[in-house]
Amino acid sequence: MPLNSKIPAGELNKKWEDYKSSCKLVNPANKRSLEILVIGTGLAGASAAAALGELGYKVKTFCFQDSPRRAHSIAAQGGINAAKNYQNDGDSVHRLFYDTIKGGDYRAREGNVHRLAEVSANIIDQCVAQGVPFAREYGGLLSNRSFGGTQVQRTFYAAGQTGQQLLIGAYQALERQIALGNVTQYSRHEMLELVTIDGKARGIIARDLVSGKLERFFGHAVLLCTGGYGNVFYLSTNAMGCNVTAAWKAHKKGAFFGNPCYTQIHPTCIPVSGDHQSKLTLMSESLRNDGRIWVPKAQNDTRKPGDIPEEERDYYLERRYPAFGNLVPRDVASRAAKERCDAGYGVGASKMAVYLDYAAAIERYGKIEVGKQGIANASKETITQLGKDVVKEKYGNLFDMYAKITGENPYEVPMRIYPAVHYTMGGIWVDYELMTTVPGLYALGEANFSDHGANRLGASALMQGLADGYFVIPYTLGNYLADDIRTKSIPTDHPAFAEAEKSVSDRINKLMNIKGKESVESFHKRLGKIMWDKCGMARNAEGLKQAITEIQALRKEFWSNVFIPGDVDEFNPELDKAGRVADFLELGELMCHDALNRNESCGGHFREEYQTEEGEALRQDDGYMYVAAWEYKGESQFELHKEELIYDVVHPSARSYK
Amino acid sequence: MEHYNMNLTLKVWKQKNNKDKGRFETYKVKDISSEMSFLEMFDVLNEQLIAEGKEPVAFDHDCREGICGMCSMHIDGRAHGPWHETTTCQLHMRQYKDGDTIVVEPWRANAFPVIKDLVTDRTSFDRIIQAGGYISVNTGNAVDANSLPIEKQKADEAFAAAACIGCGACAAACPNASAMLFVSAKVSHLALLPQGDPERKMRAMNMVNQMDKEGFGSCTNIGACEAECPKGISLENIARLNREYLGAVFSGSSNE
Amino acid sequence: MNWKQAFSTSIGKKLQMSLTGLFLILFLVVHCYINAQIFWNDGGKKFEEAAHFMGTNFIIRTVEIGLTFFLLLHIFQGLNLWLRNRSKRSVRYAVSAGSETSAWYRRSMGILGSLLLIFLVIHTSKFWIPNRASQIAGNGELPLYEMMKHEFQYLWVVVIYVLGCITLAWHLVHGFWSSFQTLGLTTHRYKGIINAIGVAFAIIVPAIFALMPIAFHLGWIS
Repeated sequence: MPLNSKIPAGELNKKWEDYKSSCKLVNPANKRSLEILVIGTGLAGASAAAALGELGYKVKTFCFQDSPRRAHSIAAQGGINAAKNYQNDGDSVHRLFYDTIKGGDYRAREGNVHRLAEVSANIIDQCVAQGVPFAREYGGLLSNRSFGGTQVQRTFYAAGQTGQQLLIGAYQALERQIALGNVTQYSRHEMLELVTIDGKARGIIARDLVSGKLERFFGHAVLLCTGGYGNVFYLSTNAMGCNVTAAWKAHKKGAFFGNPCYTQIHPTCIPVSGDHQSKLTLMSESLRNDGRIWVPKAQNDTRKPGDIPEEERDYYLERRYPAFGNLVPRDVASRAAKERCDAGYGVGASKMAVYLDYAAAIERYGKIEVGKQGIANASKETITQLGKDVVKEKYGNLFDMYAKITGENPYEVPMRIYPAVHYTMGGIWVDYELMTTVPGLYALGEANFSDHGANRLGASALMQGLADGYFVIPYTLGNYLADDIRTKSIPTDHPAFAEAEKSVSDRINKLMNIKGKESVESFHKRLGKIMWDKCGMARNAEGLKQAITEIQALRKEFWSNVFIPGDVDEFNPELDKAGRVADFLELGELMCHDALNRNESCGGHFREEYQTEEGEALRQDDGYMYVAAWEYKGESQFELHKEELIYDVVHPSARSYK
Repeated sequence: MEHYNMNLTLKVWKQKNNKDKGRFETYKVKDISSEMSFLEMFDVLNEQLIAEGKEPVAFDHDCREGICGMCSMHIDGRAHGPWHETTTCQLHMRQYKDGDTIVVEPWRANAFPVIKDLVTDRTSFDRIIQAGGYISVNTGNAVDANSLPIEKQKADEAFAAAACIGCGACAAACPNASAMLFVSAKVSHLALLPQGDPERKMRAMNMVNQMDKEGFGSCTNIGACEAECPKGISLENIARLNREYLGAVFSGSSNE
Repeated sequence: MNWKQAFSTSIGKKLQMSLTGLFLILFLVVHCYINAQIFWNDGGKKFEEAAHFMGTNFIIRTVEIGLTFFLLLHIFQGLNLWLRNRSKRSVRYAVSAGSETSAWYRRSMGILGSLLLIFLVIHTSKFWIPNRASQIAGNGELPLYEMMKHEFQYLWVVVIYVLGCITLAWHLVHGFWSSFQTLGLTTHRYKGIINAIGVAFAIIVPAIFALMPIAFHLGWIS
């Protein structure tokens, strides 16, 4: 099957405008009889469900948490980008588009990214109208800050809780539609199978996680807004419940998986403290605005950070990348930290950490405050105190979080940070309309592969989730459903539903009946270790081949030795987790295949065989300027389809932040 | 920070489902690191129980970074445990010492029925939001974000109220099982902003009505909610909700 | 929302508590002022004059009917709230660390109020009820000053009165501030002031009341 990305013809900056004015519409009376299932209620899902509800479609939403408001979009800290140019610093739609394409290491579609940049400004307007309390200046206007990989200030934020505020905005819009009767909410429900009829997505099988019952739901279209699969690594900044299950079921029913190996390792996370660790905590990228990253110049330096004099510190990002300094994109910063630690310059007990130091920022802000307040002959203590106050105002909640987790005071000693899995650029392959290779099945937000190429810039995940949900899907879905208005709701006693339900129930029973010896958690940890060691920040062909064999063996072991306590027909978190880990065990293998296939380094995908002498990623544009879309062909059988990436406007070049 | 290991006794509420009466079970856990989070200690307990072929303790959790509002344990009589402005997932074991006994219960309020063990049903909060916790604006109608300047102090106050994570600690801690802090945080967030002004009367009335319908108690200004709120939501918000309510009563709400 | 509904929601019920409470606070001021006349130590002359005015003035007597009604409403609604709120948590916590999160008197308004109710029954049965009964029976006002002098000879009466005043003080420490909070007046700007006035009021007024039996008992007033 040839992949058709359906990118509209015409000039890049006219494509979306042209599409909107020529796509098919559904009249309001018909919308009322069209049913849409939205899986996942994070930024993409909640915004899509709300927007479609407003239009008059009959929508059902599903989330595994107890409320849509818990989705992990809520944990995004730093901010959301928009090409508003409120700061008059040279920003524009084109520049946001360009930064995103370049940040993605020239592995994203021009058409999609340009559309994203175009609607970015509307997102801010929409959110403000909903009452999202973004940070403001004293004049009452919105405030901006800078983020990695850009040279303008285009990031809107709400302290360190931007994701929370945006999600609450979308959640409230969603709850309003529920109150109006346009949307029905199913919380503590997990999608366990996609139902297809005549090749089209027509519904899902979901499990009520409280009663354990399987339920059938029909929809004229199904939207997967299920987030990323970073938890395949076990340790990540994702929430404990984040999983690939819904997306993976769709993949096995015919949806191609795009670029699964593209994972983002975030440079500033709190390091692992021991084997007990269940998840990793991110410290917002915004901290790199003011913090300086360094390691000692000497290997295995065991002195306390305060005892290491300035000239014996290596501010390696500033040294290597003078133009962007500490604000290089995430992939670059992460690799640089790993390089230093691997070379023996790491700090802390594990030696797998670098310092993020606020001493200089505290002093700088302190001096500014002294000047503002006109204090003559201020003592060092006064300067430090005033500086700390400013830092507290800007980053207080992040510093508090660090202190709670580590028991150290980051105002006094530099924070220790290390990269951790954070985001997956890869995901279900979608065309320009966000439709997967299964007609009527869509993927939005992090669940799709589309906009970030091989590396995502900070503050653009929130942007993409909301762009897809509020501004893209309401148009593109109508274009598909306009041809489906004569399709009556299909009763859920249709054989396709019965068959799908049976397959789900068989699989659950199979899992429960293994009655082995090892816990789900233990398998998940073992999988995570294979993935992190061999398909993590640095990869090589040999390691990936080993990983594939190891994962296959682990999967076999899982299916013969996992132990799941409790029963099927009750609230059973271990069973929920087992299903998810079983899917991760299949996805992990595909990720390794993809990483092995991509003989180049680009963005978050770093193949050790492909690097410059200075250790920078080396792309192979001649052979790999394509999206790898994988088709499921049976266990361990994946067929590669290539979607060539065509750059009409941007000229791919070596990505340099020096 | 010095690290140490400890052995603990846990008294944990076990309840099979909503119909079961429930009881406390006592467990011992060994070699708990002071660096673990409270929930990681529960992970250790559950792994231990699974290894023994027993049923693990069900508890709600998701983000484990203090923002999703899913975790919800009542630890030694305190919602989210003893640390100030901290969710259970961010409580760390350096709080405890070797030999301690810890009693863990679910949120207790009739409006939060127990689903299993420490897991409760908090959908009542969703229904309260459905009653009016939003601004009625459809997608695509918005004017330019900077066309409406908002006083920084107001915006900051609105943000402070909007920081609520909907965890339910306020109602769990309140001797009256009242959800006033939760409701007032949302009413305040929206009432402080000009965008929320047109619907403010209806919103206050409808949300209060829904709160009552869900079976929460009424506020008697005790202040335990504020003390236990992991996000430091202030009692001033309750005063503001009362003011909004009075305003709606005395000027006539717009749904009449 | 009509008026009946407006006062019957959970906030509406609290509003009843707040408004009646504030009325009772005003009454306490008047009551305290009148009774404090005994401290002139003039053999009860000024006190009897004031008491006579209060006992016979038409307007005051009309307001007294309101007072009685508000008092009963305050008691009824208070007990109602107490019981209603208790019923919202059918399964109680095995461990409660209430004192770490709130002051005991804020959690104990139901108990403090009930104690006050008992005190009130004792107090009114000694003075107010016999006095009004006598008036209604056409026998005129009773010599209240002399009655006080008599009653407060007994130590146990004095102890009950002092305990009553202490209960009142704790009830007021919370009640004063709480009334304003329920009316939404405790904004960031005013809450400090209101709280300070409330605490001062809760100490001063009950202290004056408590001094009366003590003063009689110890013979400071003859």
